[in-house]
Amino acid sequence: MERVDARGLSCPEPVILTRKALLGGAKEYEVLVDNVTSRENVTRFAEHAGYTVRVSEKDGEYTLSLKK
Amino acid sequence: MSKSGKFDIIIAGLIIGVIASLLVLFGNPANMGFCIACFIRDTAGALGLHQAPPVQYIRPEIIGIILGSFAIALAKGEFSPKGGSAPLTRFAIGFCVMIGCLMFLGCPFRMIIRLGGGDLNALLGIAGFVLGILTGVFFLNKGYSLKRTYKLAATEGGIMPAVSVVLLVLLIAAPAFIHFTQPEGGPGAKHAAIAISLIAGAIVGILAQRTRLCMAGGLRDVVLFHDFRLISGFCAIFCACLVMNLILTAATSGTYFHLGFTGQAIAHTDGLWNLLGMYVVGFGAILLGGCPLRQLVLSGEGNTDSAMAVLGLLVGAAFCHNFGLASSGEGPTANGKIAVVICICVLAVIASVNTFAKNDS
Repeated sequence: MERVDARGLSCPEPVILTRKALLGGAKEYEVLVDNVTSRENVTRFAEHAGYTVRVSEKDGEYTLSLKK
Repeated sequence: MSKSGKFDIIIAGLIIGVIASLLVLFGNPANMGFCIACFIRDTAGALGLHQAPPVQYIRPEIIGIILGSFAIALAKGEFSPKGGSAPLTRFAIGFCVMIGCLMFLGCPFRMIIRLGGGDLNALLGIAGFVLGILTGVFFLNKGYSLKRTYKLAATEGGIMPAVSVVLLVLLIAAPAFIHFTQPEGGPGAKHAAIAISLIAGAIVGILAQRTRLCMAGGLRDVVLFHDFRLISGFCAIFCACLVMNLILTAATSGTYFHLGFTGQAIAHTDGLWNLLGMYVVGFGAILLGGCPLRQLVLSGEGNTDSAMAVLGLLVGAAFCHNFGLASSGEGPTANGKIAVVICICVLAVIASVNTFAKNDS
């Protein structure tokens, strides 16, 4: 599973990094973000790109599991 | 989420547009229900950071936006003190953005409000704003980044809200060392009652925090991700403003809508410099990650990097009036033109260094 570590980055950077990773065409990704805006934006982008997104949260950090 | 998210931001934009028009009815300057740049400039004047008597007033809207964002972020568990992502660079970008705003005479928020009042000079501003955003997006696509932020203590994130409370106390107490524009002395003398302005600001702060509303982010997201969510808020503000101004013009004795280039309130007709001013603002806003309104909202959420950008706006405003950089209804100044060109160069250097220089993130 490919991993995108976007913790500490502000939008739109997490979405740009996710978009870049998705160009690889893998079925599963894990995206790490640490703010709600990035969580929302990456989720919206991934869903538009045809992935289902599952979110888990720990200590203010979010792990977004993207699956196609 | 995406459909309801878009619906929410359209409703928020409509409410904000109506509030902006009503603030003019309640006493704010024409086509200036809200202007983050002008209001920060007025506040800088009130604090004695510049000595331009027509534009000195502690604007409660600014205080309300920060405190509204702070309160709702706390309530929703989104208050998140952080910083350390190139703070001085952000200060410098904020400084440049203010110079661009005061060349055009308005922030992106007021640009829409001006257009909603029939001021067609705003079209040149929008053209420049779009070009600036596209320039910023070019660098984003090439890897522009101001690097990561780090978590900070709650006290650090609480400083901007605390400063806002102090400003409110100074506004109400009005000690002798705070400067206020004399009645009929200029735009600074035109304002709604403190409570009205404060509540209006708080509502806008709350709505903008919840919806992540950003004037620059709208077009950026359309270009980058074909995401129309943020730009729908931008359009909603314009529509609400336009309709409210037409209604107010029909229903009251005042003129809230005047279509054309000439005779517009607190605006000039120099198209090239309106365009270049907003080019700086669009470019700078993308480099900051958001427009001046968004920076205020983020500073209320505990983001000290955005607080640095706001301080850059504040100091930039002071410089604009101390060194004759700000335009007036008569048009731009020679100093202002030079400053805008310098700002374009500074932003290009900042963008290039943070895009192409190889270093660890």
